[in-house]
Amino acid sequence: METTSTSTIEQFASQEYKFGFITDVEQEIVPPGLSEDTVRLISSKKDEPEWMLEWRLKAYRHWLTMEEPRWANIHYPPIDYQSISYWAGPRKKGEGPKSLEEIDPEILETYKKLGIPLKEQELLAGVAVDAVFDSVSVATTFKEKLGEMGIIFCSFSEAVRNHPELVRRYLGSVVPYTDNFFATLNSAVFSDGSFVYVPKGVRCPMELSTYFRINAKNSGQFERTLIIADEGAYVSYLEGCTAPMRDENQLHAAVVELVALEGAQIKYSTVQNWYPGDENGKGGIYNFVTKRGKCDARAKISWTQVETGSAITWKYPSVILKGEGSIGEFYSVALTKGRQQADTGTKMIHIGKNTRSTIVSKGISAGHGQNTYRGQVKILKGADGARNFSQCDSMLIGDQCGAHTFPYIDVQNPTARMEHEATTSKIGEDQIFYCNQRGIATEDAVSMIVNGFCKEVFRELPMEFAVEAQKLLAVNLEGSVG
Amino acid sequence: MLKIKNLHASVDGNEILRGVDLEIEKGEVHAIMGPNGSGKSTLARVLAGEESYQVTAGEVQLDGRDLLEMDPEDRAREGVFMAFQYPVEIPGVSNTYFLKAALNAVRKHRGLPEMDAMEFLTLVRQKMKLVQMDDSLLNRPVNEGFSGGEKKRNEIFHMAVLEPRMAILDETDSGLDIDALRIVAEGVNNLRGPERSFLLITHYQRLLNYIVPDFVHVLVDGRIVRSGGRELALELEEKGYAWLEREVAETTQPVGA
Repeated sequence: METTSTSTIEQFASQEYKFGFITDVEQEIVPPGLSEDTVRLISSKKDEPEWMLEWRLKAYRHWLTMEEPRWANIHYPPIDYQSISYWAGPRKKGEGPKSLEEIDPEILETYKKLGIPLKEQELLAGVAVDAVFDSVSVATTFKEKLGEMGIIFCSFSEAVRNHPELVRRYLGSVVPYTDNFFATLNSAVFSDGSFVYVPKGVRCPMELSTYFRINAKNSGQFERTLIIADEGAYVSYLEGCTAPMRDENQLHAAVVELVALEGAQIKYSTVQNWYPGDENGKGGIYNFVTKRGKCDARAKISWTQVETGSAITWKYPSVILKGEGSIGEFYSVALTKGRQQADTGTKMIHIGKNTRSTIVSKGISAGHGQNTYRGQVKILKGADGARNFSQCDSMLIGDQCGAHTFPYIDVQNPTARMEHEATTSKIGEDQIFYCNQRGIATEDAVSMIVNGFCKEVFRELPMEFAVEAQKLLAVNLEGSVG
Repeated sequence: MLKIKNLHASVDGNEILRGVDLEIEKGEVHAIMGPNGSGKSTLARVLAGEESYQVTAGEVQLDGRDLLEMDPEDRAREGVFMAFQYPVEIPGVSNTYFLKAALNAVRKHRGLPEMDAMEFLTLVRQKMKLVQMDDSLLNRPVNEGFSGGEKKRNEIFHMAVLEPRMAILDETDSGLDIDALRIVAEGVNNLRGPERSFLLITHYQRLLNYIVPDFVHVLVDGRIVRSGGRELALELEEKGYAWLEREVAETTQPVGA
């Protein structure tokens, strides 16, 4: 008789991606290649002011001097940056859409397939959506309501045009254009993204949300997101992603900058489900993301992520705890199956006194998946009374996958307190049998056990997102029984 | 209800069960006793469908249907329940969530509508009284950090909620102090009824002071070597298993030679 774990492995390896479809939209794509001219073209397509172009060009010139990092525990063929098209967007017919009704029905249909009907969301309220379809924002809702409170929630391009003083002040203040190979590339060619500003003392009354899609064939995607919470402000931002099935590897190099001024709080939650490639690892998204936040005094930034997609994930949402008494949190679930590779974790840089950070990382590996946690906790000389708690748990499903943990700890202040816990476990056949004996099918049992394992992270997600994340894991774990 | 004929089973190539015959009718309580290593727990696990045990010969019927053909979850849905000797911990999954999923899987199989949270809670409250379960055990993760007694009580609580027709208790008395044993036994007694049969697996006759069986069988070396009424258990308590083992050795050796 076939054992449970054998069939689990096989099913994980052979499970197909559920959201693989391609939207047929008239699209405008510039020819592949990267040069100063490409940067100028992108900037002019977006009608950007001179200062924006200059910033892009500085980044581009710096990028030319940099080398692609190779230290991560991931393996992929060299990326030919000249074969990528750096600009794609739905073709404009006259002016941009003024309301959802003007948006290409095909695009709306795409969102519907993903279970995110914009129209319903607009009606149902609670979630304001800034949808990025390839490189151009096609819909922004709830802007007026937020506007009454002084909250700005718009596409990055709009912010460059309408709020240049804010963009100039904060762009690159957390992730400078010289930061790293992928962030620098992004700075040169970023397409679009979201911009949020919450004024002093304002609590944003709804979860702000973006759904990203990668669609155009062979087009890299380079989102740029900037969120600023002014003194004492609060905002919760949700980012959810899923992409259609594609044969070629698609590069994705986003940058997210969070600025939490004194006493402000930013909660940033991600559910990522991009195409992971087929069972042999062909196709799939390469996801090289730089996400970082900076906290002034008594500010708090929480990153929560559920990563189930992408062929390769290279991602370390980090917090610079600059102000006294500031707090950084990182809660992560990363699932790798098939041939997926993830090298993900966080950096907590303690600069201010009495700063605190919490890291909870849950890695799940199945099939031939390779899951690496890489985290750095750095406590600088001046960070008296800094505290960190790290917990890194790995779960293995089957015996051909891998889990790796690389914690880097650098403490330069003797009053700091650090706690680090790490565990590795396997889904036991005895656990599955126990569930079976109570009438629960193996597939549901695996899903239940994995969800239990991830509970500490899921409870950090906003309610609707937590439900979505559980569903996503269940979908990814589906078919794990023969 | 349950008919076991000439059942042979092995684990890792070692034959543990060597021809077990047993019939259990509706509403009957049977006890299987025997020395360590005689195959008692193997019998329970084979009936529940654990995959590491291979059935090499024989058959088992549940109301005329081939039990061995069914997946473990289908056996459970058909009303076979096993209280584990060592209940497994499932971190992060609350006991109620787990049990609701189990109950609804069983109900779905039986063509009943799924229970919503309110109905389920009402049912749970009612069943908790049967086994004197503490409220706090409901919302804690399944068996995680439970004491030995709490784990066993939780098994009986699961049984009370799932209402099986064939309940197998695998050494439920092991590791229990006298008070815990009494509570567990009371729970089982409360669940006895004309439609529900029990198979109690135990090393000690102590349990049978509290749950009085209709029949007692002694398993030695993978076979039932003696069957009787309750008095057989008392005889075993007095004489131990050694005399039966000797008897078996004497009768089987000539055959094997």
